[in-house]
Amino acid sequence: MPISRRDFLKVTGAGLGALALPAAPVSASTTEIATDATASMLYDSTICVGCRACQVACKRRAGLPPDVDPSGLYEMPHDLDSKTWTIIKLYKDQNSDSFVKNQCMHCIHPACVSVCPVGALEKLESGPVIYHRERCIGCRYCMAACPFSVPKTEWEKPLPFIQKCDFCADLQANGEQPKCSEACPTGALIYGTRKAMLDIARGRLVGEGNYVQHIYGEKEAGGTSMVYISDLDFTKLGFPEQSDVSLPDITWPYMQGTLGVIGVMVTLSTAIYLRTHRKDKNGNNGNNGSNGNNQPPKGKEA
Amino acid sequence: MAVRLGEIRLRRYPLGPGMILVWVLAALGMGVAVYRWIYGLGATTNLSDGRPWGLWISFDMMSGIGLAAGAFTVAAVVYIFNLKKFYPIVRATILTGFISYTLAALTLMVDLSQPQRIWHLIIYWNIHSPLFEIGWCVMLYLTVLALEFSPVLFDALNWKVPLKIIRAITIPLIIAGVTLSTMHQSTLGTMLTILPDKIHPLFYSRLFPLYFYLTAIAAGLAMTVFESFHSSRTYGYPFEIKMLSKLVKGIPWVLGIYFVIRLAELFITGKYLYLLQGGAPAVMFIIEMVGGVLVPILYFSDPNTRNDVHGITWGAFFTMGGLILNRVNAALIFMDGSFYLPSWQELAVTVGLTCLGLIMFDAAVRFLPMFPEPTPKAVKRL
Repeated sequence: MPISRRDFLKVTGAGLGALALPAAPVSASTTEIATDATASMLYDSTICVGCRACQVACKRRAGLPPDVDPSGLYEMPHDLDSKTWTIIKLYKDQNSDSFVKNQCMHCIHPACVSVCPVGALEKLESGPVIYHRERCIGCRYCMAACPFSVPKTEWEKPLPFIQKCDFCADLQANGEQPKCSEACPTGALIYGTRKAMLDIARGRLVGEGNYVQHIYGEKEAGGTSMVYISDLDFTKLGFPEQSDVSLPDITWPYMQGTLGVIGVMVTLSTAIYLRTHRKDKNGNNGNNGSNGNNQPPKGKEA
Repeated sequence: MAVRLGEIRLRRYPLGPGMILVWVLAALGMGVAVYRWIYGLGATTNLSDGRPWGLWISFDMMSGIGLAAGAFTVAAVVYIFNLKKFYPIVRATILTGFISYTLAALTLMVDLSQPQRIWHLIIYWNIHSPLFEIGWCVMLYLTVLALEFSPVLFDALNWKVPLKIIRAITIPLIIAGVTLSTMHQSTLGTMLTILPDKIHPLFYSRLFPLYFYLTAIAAGLAMTVFESFHSSRTYGYPFEIKMLSKLVKGIPWVLGIYFVIRLAELFITGKYLYLLQGGAPAVMFIIEMVGGVLVPILYFSDPNTRNDVHGITWGAFFTMGGLILNRVNAALIFMDGSFYLPSWQELAVTVGLTCLGLIMFDAAVRFLPMFPEPTPKAVKRL
């Protein structure tokens, strides 16, 4: 009887969130954005032919070096890394096969943006999650916190930066579409507003084809800008079983509680101090065995 | 009388094999750290894209700061609760705290990809980030600890004016220390709450902040026992068993509350099914909860073991081990990611920094009036 972690966390979240957290209603902790209008991409794995034009276009635009073999010949990268922001992979078993594209999911409520201590990651109102390398201190909390393990770092360098897909934010700002969707010859990867992408996805799910009745990214981690449909189970395509919780909303109430902690601790400590030191005002100096070397607490001098 | 700097003669520094080893390991660790700064993390560690945090974060940072909680607990007990009978261990405890936090900061300098930019924490703010809060708290608390410890130095140098100033602000300093510690000890737990799908449910909890705070208090108190054990064995100070056994009486209460809440959570949420499933997570969970929580509770509730030098020391070791296991389980072993074993370089830095801490503690005990009344034995050795 395998237990799905996902089911458990729903229970855990509901039951214990109430126990531990301040009762204040939780609002989106990162930039409030109009989810429907945000930039988005739909990847339909049933249409993708695995030509990897998107992968090549991405490397060219981002100026990422190619993977090479010892003799300098170009090779295929085999996973997302500091030199590869997007990659096409193939799932294959006896009865079925399917390509799948990986890149940053550009979460609606990105964990990476909320955990970065120096604000090196930013969620743009238009959709992309971008990285300001001039701020980064390299704590790698974004790598640990990302539910999709997308941020990668340049391990081979003495002073590594984070590398990840930026959704071609600069091109989008000029009204252009990202290079990967522009390069896709089959329409497996299309670009538009999130509402438009979800509408198309829902239309396909009820139409022809043998689709799994699930849009991956619609709700996962509180929703992502990249959404996926497929005729194969998403776990087979390497997607994590992700709860629908918006991750920054877990930590934000605790962070908001910080001021309360300060207030309570200062008040409590002062109150206890005043109470335990009341006697001393009557000249009862209970300083046990202190000498010139023994620093007495304040109020004990005199 | 206090031992003044002028009265201390250095020529009897005991260069035994143990101390030589400590110096060699510390030097090796520092050497490896310098190598790592020149050649990078990839060349020296087993960290990878699938395992961005390793030994340094889970052990040196998370466990190290947890074990240093004794500094604020004992300070609160003595200065806020006015239980002056515990005064004799205050200085050593605050020193241990100061050293531990210094080591944590040094570890961070080794672990960060861009260590030269650590000051960015001061100018770039993200109040949503638990790590931002921890960074600030550690910076401020290191300052507080340095000030709390400074009277010992002023005392040794016989500087009257700074001593007077510090004494005037002692209580506000202690309250600041207690508050900052409460904040960052619990926020270290908050840091991991954002990983609900990556940490195994037996070890993940939305109550991480509470758990981290409670276990830090218990292990911090246990650490004071270890310090006294170390000081008595190495420097001939008396092992203040009577006082310590009163201090550790608090541990069963703190760990008891923790134990009950964590078990209640297990059953309320249904996560106990993972225990029935067995496997490594279940075994480690049981080892952690029995060895690191239940055993210390038993050791410290029983007056016979509590008042026995061996009993209290073993109880302290189990408590400290429990905290370390708890942090390493949550932040490393049962966090999803690539297979990882620390490289020898990572181990060398960890061991080296620990040895550096021992050297610092040793230097302070030898050259500063760490314990209010120097024992005859200690005076004779000096």
